[in-house]
Amino acid sequence: MPTLTYRDALRQALIDEMDRDPEVFLIGEDIGRYQGTFRVTQGLFDKYGKDRVIDAPITEPGFTGMAVGAAMVGLRPVVEMMTMSFSILALDQVINSAAKVHSMTGGQASVPMVIRGPGGHANQLSAQHSHSLEGWYAHVPGLKVVVPATPADAYGMLKTAIRDDNPVIFTENPGLYALKGEVPTESGDFTVPFGKARIAREGTDVTLVAYSRMVSVCEAAADLLEKDGISAEVVDVRSLLPLDTETIYASIQKTNRAVVVYEDWRSGGFGAEIAARIGEECFDSLDAPVGRVGGLNVPTPYSRVLELECIPNEHDVVAAVRKIG
Amino acid sequence: MKQSLTQSPTEIEKYFREMVLIRKFEEKCNVAYRTGKAGGYLHVYIGQEATGVGWINSLKLGWDYVIAAYRIHAFPILMGTEPVACMAEIMGRVDGPSRGKGGSMHIYDIPRGFFGGWGIVGGHTPLGAGLAFAAKYRKEDRVTLCFLGDGAANAGVFFETLNMAALWDLPVIFIIENNEFAMGTRLEYHAADTELHKRGFPFGIKHERLDGMNVLQVKEDAQRIIDWVRENQKPYVVEVMNYRFVGHGAADNDQTLYRTAEEVEQNKERDPLHILRKIMMENNIMTEEKMEAIESEIEEQVEEIYSQALESPHPEKSEVYDHIYTDMPVEKGH
Repeated sequence: MPTLTYRDALRQALIDEMDRDPEVFLIGEDIGRYQGTFRVTQGLFDKYGKDRVIDAPITEPGFTGMAVGAAMVGLRPVVEMMTMSFSILALDQVINSAAKVHSMTGGQASVPMVIRGPGGHANQLSAQHSHSLEGWYAHVPGLKVVVPATPADAYGMLKTAIRDDNPVIFTENPGLYALKGEVPTESGDFTVPFGKARIAREGTDVTLVAYSRMVSVCEAAADLLEKDGISAEVVDVRSLLPLDTETIYASIQKTNRAVVVYEDWRSGGFGAEIAARIGEECFDSLDAPVGRVGGLNVPTPYSRVLELECIPNEHDVVAAVRKIG
Repeated sequence: MKQSLTQSPTEIEKYFREMVLIRKFEEKCNVAYRTGKAGGYLHVYIGQEATGVGWINSLKLGWDYVIAAYRIHAFPILMGTEPVACMAEIMGRVDGPSRGKGGSMHIYDIPRGFFGGWGIVGGHTPLGAGLAFAAKYRKEDRVTLCFLGDGAANAGVFFETLNMAALWDLPVIFIIENNEFAMGTRLEYHAADTELHKRGFPFGIKHERLDGMNVLQVKEDAQRIIDWVRENQKPYVVEVMNYRFVGHGAADNDQTLYRTAEEVEQNKERDPLHILRKIMMENNIMTEEKMEAIESEIEEQVEEIYSQALESPHPEKSEVYDHIYTDMPVEKGH
């Protein structure tokens, strides 16, 4: 099985699906001639030409809305947000247009469209470019929201997203682009379904629930905990909407303890939703309150020292596990 | 107003019947609202009928695309959607095209090419560009009409859309229906340049200000521009001058806040039905008696539409979970 970076896995998924279906096209800022700000679309302009790899003006509401219109008649746009932070400008098109079409038309039309791009902290991009918005989007009925943590999932879930007939928000943490892993690209037909969590690491004493880059943070925390004789299970949620609560609850029924870890602002982030559900559904299995580790509730500062203070790390996770005993 | 007419008496009668149908349908919608049979926001097209009739009659129906804002009842009816279905949607009943989930502002007939029905001012204009983009991508010669109001002509996303439409040569016509009011704010209080067709100028898009009241003139202009766009595969901006004889919505109950009764009275000279009646009489196309007969015939038809729509049931409560996704259920319960 080939080893690919997360970035190359995404690109391979785009290539597979563009080869498979001529109605798939890409649109976004600097994705063509400039090869993509994070190089996910490198080489695709030369391969597919200007009609299928479209350099958009810097107008997120405009090109996102245009993609919604094209999707309503069956084209399959893959919209790149240079960073998910810029998708804030297009919120009206995502929430008022894309997410509402199937319902408002009484099922006459749907929006087979993907909005993908880096979400979360990169490296000193400061306050306006570091948002984790997946929790906002996962709040909206009509959208699907996925947050792959590994190259194999990036590949398999992007293919699933492009084939999906509903609007999908696909978040790539910029800290993951260089991550390497085995990716089953050989057949071209490997896909990863939405709504199925993955046990990233088995354990018996505590369940760490995470998604996107926080999965590797939890794996590092599990290594540290193991040295102290604590066996942590890591559940990689993979998709927020739909959410596989079954796998999360089954793990907690085994370990009787849970800590939810997410990079988004701690207050009101999607981890709070997961924690609330665990509280509602797993009360009898829990030996301790549900723990929660989130990003600091501050606008991300530029200073690397301060930025690192904002992002949860393995030591924060270990401390949260110790806190619940 | 004797003139040489390019349309046949049969065509002219068709436009007259359509305009009367829309006028009476809309009046009945207002009744539905006042009697509690329709709720929410309801925006009627009274005074603007000639614009819809002239433009929709110039399309290849079943092939071309139309998208509009929220003053939309006329468009699906002119494109062939059953008026009973439209009235049922306005009343929130299951026989509406959206099974009562859309309402007055969100009527769609996708098979016939009508794409709604959007409530955020200006927000649907990039979708119109997207429809045109899809036609071009597939090398089809469909034309897209994107109707918007004078209020939407100030929206940022509309300027973004004009840029994309020109940049990529999209076959879309933006029809700014200038009815002189953005809700309760008069044109000169909301637009720095009140010649709204000039929105096309900075993008190199052909643009014109046209009449929206004489349906025969509207039809001629519309056909000329639609043919040009189909042939040349480029966008076009049109400002159509009409007038809203009613409030912004059915809930707009004090029009004295933004206009006088005299102004409305003066504009009645421009009423598109008044103009067409005059033309038909002066050119011996139809007698007054026949016009009256047609009007009462349509009035009865609208009564029938109304009572049939009233017979349509309200949705079952369980339908609240339908049509959120194409392929997955949503969680149930509060």
